[in-house]
Order: sequence, then C-alpha cells, then structure tokens
Amino acid sequence: MIDVQDLVVSYGTATALEHVTLHAGKGEMVALLGPNGAGKSTLANTLAGLLRPASGTVRIGGRLALIPEGRQLFPDLSVVDNLVLGGWRSGERDPSFVYELLPRLADLAGRRAGVLSGGEQQMVAFGRAMMSRPSVLVVDELSLGLAPNVTADLAGHLTELNRSQGLTVLLIEQNARLAFELCSRAYVLESGRLVTEGECAELAGDPRVASAYLGGTIT
Amino acid sequence: MSAFLTYLLNGLAVGCAIALIASGLVVIHRVTGVVNFAQGTFAVVAGLCTSSLLGLGFPHGLSEVAAVLVAAFAGLLTGLAAIGRPGTTALSSLIVTLGVGVLAYAVEIVLWGDQPRSAPGLAGSVTVAGARIQTQYLLVIGVTAAAFVLLAIFFGRTYLGKALTACASNPYAARVVGIDIRRMGLLAFALGGLLGGIAGVLVTPLRPISFDTDVTLIVNGFAAAVFGALTRPVITLAGALLLGVAETMAAGYGYGSHQLEVALGLMLVVMIVQAGRRPAISQEPT
Repeated sequence: MIDVQDLVVSYGTATALEHVTLHAGKGEMVALLGPNGAGKSTLANTLAGLLRPASGTVRIGGRLALIPEGRQLFPDLSVVDNLVLGGWRSGERDPSFVYELLPRLADLAGRRAGVLSGGEQQMVAFGRAMMSRPSVLVVDELSLGLAPNVTADLAGHLTELNRSQGLTVLLIEQNARLAFELCSRAYVLESGRLVTEGECAELAGDPRVASAYLGGTIT
Repeated sequence: MSAFLTYLLNGLAVGCAIALIASGLVVIHRVTGVVNFAQGTFAVVAGLCTSSLLGLGFPHGLSEVAAVLVAAFAGLLTGLAAIGRPGTTALSSLIVTLGVGVLAYAVEIVLWGDQPRSAPGLAGSVTVAGARIQTQYLLVIGVTAAAFVLLAIFFGRTYLGKALTACASNPYAARVVGIDIRRMGLLAFALGGLLGGIAGVLVTPLRPISFDTDVTLIVNGFAAAVFGALTRPVITLAGALLLGVAETMAAGYGYGSHQLEVALGLMLVVMIVQAGRRPAISQEPT
C-alpha cells in the first residue's frame, strides 16, 4: 500500500512536487504518467526515502523497493553481486528465488553488470529490487530505451508478480499505452502537480491525457 | 652491483610504505570521492603512539596494534569532520581534511613535542644475492603484501567490502538498495586510518618521525595514488614501488636531499600524463 497525502518536495527554492495526493491499495497496479520534468522521479525517490518532503505525509505498507530510472546498477560488480546487494535491507543473501522468477539471470550471474544489454540490465534491476522481498514496488520508466519485445517480457514478469504475490506496484511511465495495458488506475503529473486521475479505461479515451504524454499542457 | 640491489630492495620497502599510505587515499576516495590530505597524519599518529607505548614499557606487538587502532580512530574522527554533515561536497571535505591535518600538528606538538621520535623495530639484516637489507625492510614488504591481499579479499569476497565497492561504483544505486553511504564513507575513513597507521608503525623504526613528517608521506602517497588515478589499488601499488625505488636510488647515488623533489617531479609528470588521458580526479555525484 502507498498512501501519499499533500506531499510537497523542494530542491532549495524550487518546488518539484506541489501538494500531491496519491493512493495505491494493497495488490493494486497504479500508473503515474507525465512528461519529462513533471516530477515523477522526484516522487519515486521520495517514496523510497531518498528525498525528504518539505511537508505532507508518505505511508508505505511494508517494504518498498525502487527500480530507478536508467537501471542504476553497480556496473563494476557482477550480476550476482548486484542481486545480493539488493538484499541489503531484507538480509536476503540467496538469489535462487530470483533465478526462479527470472531464469535468464542465472545464466548472466557471473557477468559484469556494466557490459550487459539494456534489457538484461533492466532485468538485473528488477531482480535486485525483488531481493529486498518488497511488498511495494516502484518502477521508474520500465520501458525507457528498451525494445518492445523486451519491455513486453518484463511487463509480463511484473504482472505475474502482482498477481501471484499481491505486490503493490506504482508504474511510472511515459509510455501511456504500456501503462494502460498493465494498470487499473492512473495519475497524471505535470509540473509537479497532479492534474488528473482515474480508471485507465477512462483516461485512455481522454484526448487531453494523450496531449500531456506528448509534453503538452492539459487545459 | 650489490649496491644497486641494496638500493632496489630498500626502495621496494620504502615503496611499500608509500603504497600503504596511498591505498588509504584510494580507499577513501573510491568510496567518498574525497581526497584526504590528512592521510599522512594517521601514519604520524601511529608512529608517535608506538614510540610512546614502547617507551612506557608495553611490549612489541601490543604497542603497534594499539597504535594502528588509534590511527583508525583518528581516521574515523577525520571522516566525521569531513563527511559527517550530509550534503558536504567532496571539495569542501578536502578542505576539511587539510584543516584536520593542521589541527593535528597542534595536538601532536602538545602530546609529543616537536622533536623527531623513533621506535625500535626488527634488529639485524639479511643478505640477498650479495645485497644487505635490514630485517625491518623485509617486514615492511611482508606486511604490505599481506595488507594488499587482505584488502583484495575484503573488497572482492566479503559482503561489506562489496557494499563499499557499490558505494564507489554508483552512490545513488547504493542508496536505492538501502546502503547508508555516509556510514560506509566513515568506514572507509577508518580503513584509511588503519592503512596509514600500519605505514606509520612500520616506518618509524627506519626514519624518525615528527609532527610534520606527514608532508613527505602525503606527497609520496598522493603521487602514487594519482598514478592509479585515485581509484585503482594495484596500479597505485606499482606507482608506489616505482616511487620508492626512484627515491632510494636518488638518495643512494648522492642526491639524498632531493627525495621529495623526486616524488614531486614524478607526481607532476604522472598528473600531466593522466590529465591528457582522463580526469585523474573527478567529483563523484552525491
């Protein structure tokens, strides 16, 4: 569960998030959409405890894991070391359950993370996040820079985890089509403010929302 | 020929001591992005502590270990001053370490005075292929080799060592997985203090040490660390050995008063070469 109430986050004098209120229930998959610079990653980092809010409250039901934008692996370390370090919070040191979820990682275990393809790196980031045994997963730009088939593969894993383990997922995306496919509800963030929210089916038919994903302004 | 071999072996031992100082610099810089100019101070503190403890009648072994632990604690305190406050930039931290080094002068003069002190080391010498080398020099080489092996095991095989490497590799990602990079930075400073302390207790029987010996130590250590671009321990070791041999040869063949200049000259050459290839010192993202 994620419950954000009236959240304000600032970088010095610049306000990145203004009075954001957002909720994702247990086992729910919710999307957060918006153009570049909207404040999506700021929200992700705040939820992960990496940024301190100026005001407002953030409540997380259970342990939260973040798959950050751009994968953000430890490029000098092997895949298995990346995974094991993902268990820093949980104390989990055995990645075998991650290999069952993502069998490809077992083949890559000894490879240096920095030399892998984008899709493989995203899979490592996924596995590393799962090593913390989270009940809430925040995925910042799952599809960024990845081929459609790779994105579809990862999205399949995400959906499976959501269904089988009741994982709460906040999917932060610019790819609206993907977000609407995977999630039941979505929020749209622009210039640090939530401008609309609703069921994905409804939002998909809203021309103003499509405009926002392309970097336009909702009027 | 035997004189050359003697200078070579002695130079390798001097290089080993430099390598210990330099590896402390590298460990701290890799994890925190900070160039710690108080690194020589840790060696001085350990050397002076050893001298005092042995003078008070404490046995060998215990005195050296206690002195190294004091140096590690000094490293931790330096870390608290340099990176204890969240948001401190690497450049600000560097200035703080310079300040710590100056402050340490005052503390050392109050505690030990301003005269050089020495401490007895391993007595005797051995002959290797016709060249005589003091046993203490062999001890320096052996301990340095062991220290580098242990460092490699620590960083390559242990969970904590990998977490430290992770902080160096991607500080943001380290925070994402929950690693407290400030705490890891403090650990790196303590480890830097430990390595500097080992250098100090090994060098004190060979060269009397005083409050301002840290200048020579840090110049040599920094030269070697720059050779390894402040990030690569093995190349740093190679640089330190090269420096130690060059200095000892310079001293042995009649230029003893120019050892520091040799170190500075080599450091300048390496920095110019490094600057042409890649930034030797870059500020880590915080």
